[in-house]
Amino acid sequence: MDVHAVSARDYLVRKEPYYEPQGNEIALFEAAYRNQIPVLLKGPTGCGKTRFMEHMAWRLKRPLVTVSCHDDLTASDLVGRYLITASETAWVDGPLARAVRIGAVCYLDEIVEARKDTTVVIHPLADDRRALPIEKTGELLQAAPEFCLAISYNPGYQSVLKDLKQSTRQRFVAIEFTYPATELEQRIIIHESGIDPEMAARLVKFAGMTRNLKGNGLDEGASTRLLVHAAKLMASGIDPRQACRGAIAEALTDDAEMLAAVNELSASLF
Amino acid sequence: MTAASTSLSAIELEEKLDEYLDPVLSSRRTAVNLAAGLAEFARDQQDFALRWVGIIAKTNAELAYQFAAQAPEGLRLMPPDDLESWIIQAMDAYDRMGLYPASAEFQNVAAYAARARARSIGVSLDSVSGVLEIFLRGLSGRALKVEACDEVYTDTTTLFLPATLARLPGKADNFRLYKAIAAHQWAQTWYGTYCADLTEVLSDFPDPDYATRLFYALETARLDARIATDLPGLYRDMQRLKTELGETSYPASWHGHLASLRSPAASVRTTIGALQALYGTDIPAAQCYQGFLYPARATQAMAQRLAREKDQFHAALARLLEEKHRRAEPGAPAEESGADSERFRMQRTPDPDHPGKWHHELALDGQVVAIPPDVKALMDSIIQDLGDIPDEYLVAAGDGGYRREGEEKNPDDVWKGTYHEEGAFLYNEWDYRRQHYRKHWCVLREVDVHPVEDDFVARTRAKYSASIASLRRSFEALRGEERLMKRQKNGDNIDFDALVEAYADMHHGMELSEQVLTKRQKLERDIAVMFMVDMSGSTKGWINDAEREALVLLCEALEVLGDRYAIYGFSGITRKRCDLYRIKRFDEPYSISVQARISGIKPEDYTRMGATIRHLTRLLNDVEARTKLLITLSDGKPDDYDGYRGDYGIEDTRQALIEAKRDGIHPFCITIDTEARDYLPHMYGAVNWTIIDDVRRLPLKVSEIYRRLTT
Repeated sequence: MDVHAVSARDYLVRKEPYYEPQGNEIALFEAAYRNQIPVLLKGPTGCGKTRFMEHMAWRLKRPLVTVSCHDDLTASDLVGRYLITASETAWVDGPLARAVRIGAVCYLDEIVEARKDTTVVIHPLADDRRALPIEKTGELLQAAPEFCLAISYNPGYQSVLKDLKQSTRQRFVAIEFTYPATELEQRIIIHESGIDPEMAARLVKFAGMTRNLKGNGLDEGASTRLLVHAAKLMASGIDPRQACRGAIAEALTDDAEMLAAVNELSASLF
Repeated sequence: MTAASTSLSAIELEEKLDEYLDPVLSSRRTAVNLAAGLAEFARDQQDFALRWVGIIAKTNAELAYQFAAQAPEGLRLMPPDDLESWIIQAMDAYDRMGLYPASAEFQNVAAYAARARARSIGVSLDSVSGVLEIFLRGLSGRALKVEACDEVYTDTTTLFLPATLARLPGKADNFRLYKAIAAHQWAQTWYGTYCADLTEVLSDFPDPDYATRLFYALETARLDARIATDLPGLYRDMQRLKTELGETSYPASWHGHLASLRSPAASVRTTIGALQALYGTDIPAAQCYQGFLYPARATQAMAQRLAREKDQFHAALARLLEEKHRRAEPGAPAEESGADSERFRMQRTPDPDHPGKWHHELALDGQVVAIPPDVKALMDSIIQDLGDIPDEYLVAAGDGGYRREGEEKNPDDVWKGTYHEEGAFLYNEWDYRRQHYRKHWCVLREVDVHPVEDDFVARTRAKYSASIASLRRSFEALRGEERLMKRQKNGDNIDFDALVEAYADMHHGMELSEQVLTKRQKLERDIAVMFMVDMSGSTKGWINDAEREALVLLCEALEVLGDRYAIYGFSGITRKRCDLYRIKRFDEPYSISVQARISGIKPEDYTRMGATIRHLTRLLNDVEARTKLLITLSDGKPDDYDGYRGDYGIEDTRQALIEAKRDGIHPFCITIDTEARDYLPHMYGAVNWTIIDDVRRLPLKVSEIYRRLTT
């Protein structure tokens, strides 16, 4: 007995999300979807994984349930729990159970951030059983044929604690994302922010410079998302150097020396 | 004017100086002239000078005399901040090298003041080299080192830049100049100045020296044009510097050649062509960011780098090959290794972003392989030098191919020691009187405790057998386990007991309790603890016994608990011999040899705590743990033979503890010194210490305190 009746319509992606394919990821995802194989998206932050999921949900005309995982996310946050109403206890589905019921695309963003016991919950869903056992109610929830599970993961983290277990990762078809190629990234920036191609080209060049610094003081280079942020600021009339400082340099690092150097790099280009 | 701000007269000054400088004054050498020199200054300046005379006299009276003699000149030439650094520099010189170099520092007051002035507007390379190196790294992938040198040039591996720049009126402007010089040198490496064999080309001219200078001037015009296209912001900065420092205009005869040098297709060959055409004409003045060109040095550095990178590349290919073998079917027949040379190939496709450049991919047996980032960087570096990966590079190294890797030592890693300090650690010490550190003052060595294999541990275990059992039980309860927390406001599940009660309450008309859920909570212990045990001479006898017993009980308890721990003893005599005795390292199990070392702890010399704490802080910093503890077992104040006592020792220890806290370490002190109330709060803070009145209770107390501290 649901407390909140959730309709699949609430999760539908109605407008086409802008997405520029980097390779054959769309075809790969569609094939996996047709074969009911879950998908793992790998790649650094801000390179378009979430946008890709929105786009695919729109393409497949399925509702999209996104869960951003965090280190306090428990299994019952995903599956559901009993809540107490006026005179009784009531079971409320968590986002995963809801997605299984309505045959949605369930996207668990940054899965490694979640607690270890949480990742195990998705195992029966991610193989040919395609079922979600709900221990507390005794229900074995069989996934609708349209249901699709996707998780994302950033292999760039070098922490041993943030690694995906083999038993989890070997259930998925993996699609690797990287920063888009120069020309493509330029096109994305222009589309998202409306700045002129010359400025977009310089931004991409600047991103390349910060990516040179990865592993030499920076954990990650500037992502496409950060470039879009900077471009939007620039399109709103902010001085390009200021925009790069605010949207990119400060977002990348707190280290004073590194900040100074990154700011010098942007100042060299604009 | 108030009394306090009235200047002291020469007589009053002389009296004070007499008092400080007494040991070095005589009937023929009096303080009259010193006093006269200081008499003209304002009271606060006089006080400043007198205060420092007093401080320096505590170190060396003669040095204080020298200071007093130069103080008037110093006060005239420098603001107080610079004065203070002048004094500290001289005192450092005294610490390191003795009286004469220190006196020389004081006597060179004018030179120091001039340097200080230059510093206030100028920028030193030390302060910006970090930023510049990152900046250059960002511009291109290859790492370029930045070093100070009187001549500005690059050998394509290192950029040699001036040690300081004070050519422009402000710090920011001088930094801009640094950046321009560095970027100009970088451009030589990036836009292929050394792609042609310049040494040979230039030596063909009748006057190679003139040819080099003319070539450099022309090449600069080419590089500037490249920077203008690729880095317009930087180019603007460089133009501004030119207007500020004097612009160079090119002679009319150059104009035709400038156009071709500035075209995007120009290369170093274009420059050589222009050089041949313009040979014999006047060379325009150098741009403000130009340095020198030493093609021979660049050729040499490049040859070294190419040889090294070739080896590394061969080794990297061998690794790729090995990986492929590993992934191949185990049963598959091993492939002929003789055919390796044909197996790797470069695939070149035109780069759409950079017309005229190529996109390089490495193929193994016809298939493009994914290359790890370090190999990619290596490839980029080789392509930067040679424009391509030549075929002779595409051979995987055979046996011994890794030979050259790791053989070269990084000069920064080699311990920079002096003869008797070889292999030791040097630590600064805080001198509270100077309010500055004495640099590299303490020489600390890690040594092993001589193990004593007797029945001490067994005896202690027997003696405390009842206590050990209860200790174990109480520590077991602390172990990291998941615990079900009942009656929570937030949780994953309903606490039905609580709910039933709450229902009953509600029916009685009472308020419904909100705490009706259960929650699982993981009790994770992520603790690393360092025990620092006093092994000074004063612990002789029962204190030493109690310390050793305490360590045995503690180890028993900690083994149950699973916290990571290390035990070090400390002692020493004078700053040149601070000894740190390894008893148990973090990565060592509680073994028989650790037990023998605990048994072997014996009283040694003095307690210089500062250096010990600094070293243990360093060891703790290498350990990954959420909570880090540094627990000292001690029997008294810091104390050493060479003046490390009283306030000096306490202040240095306090400073070392502040440094530890800055690194996220929690210090705690357990002492049996009943007078410790007077100084421990100052050193460790208000609550981070405890005194045990009765030494006999120390063994049990230490474990108890540890339990309290970590729950």
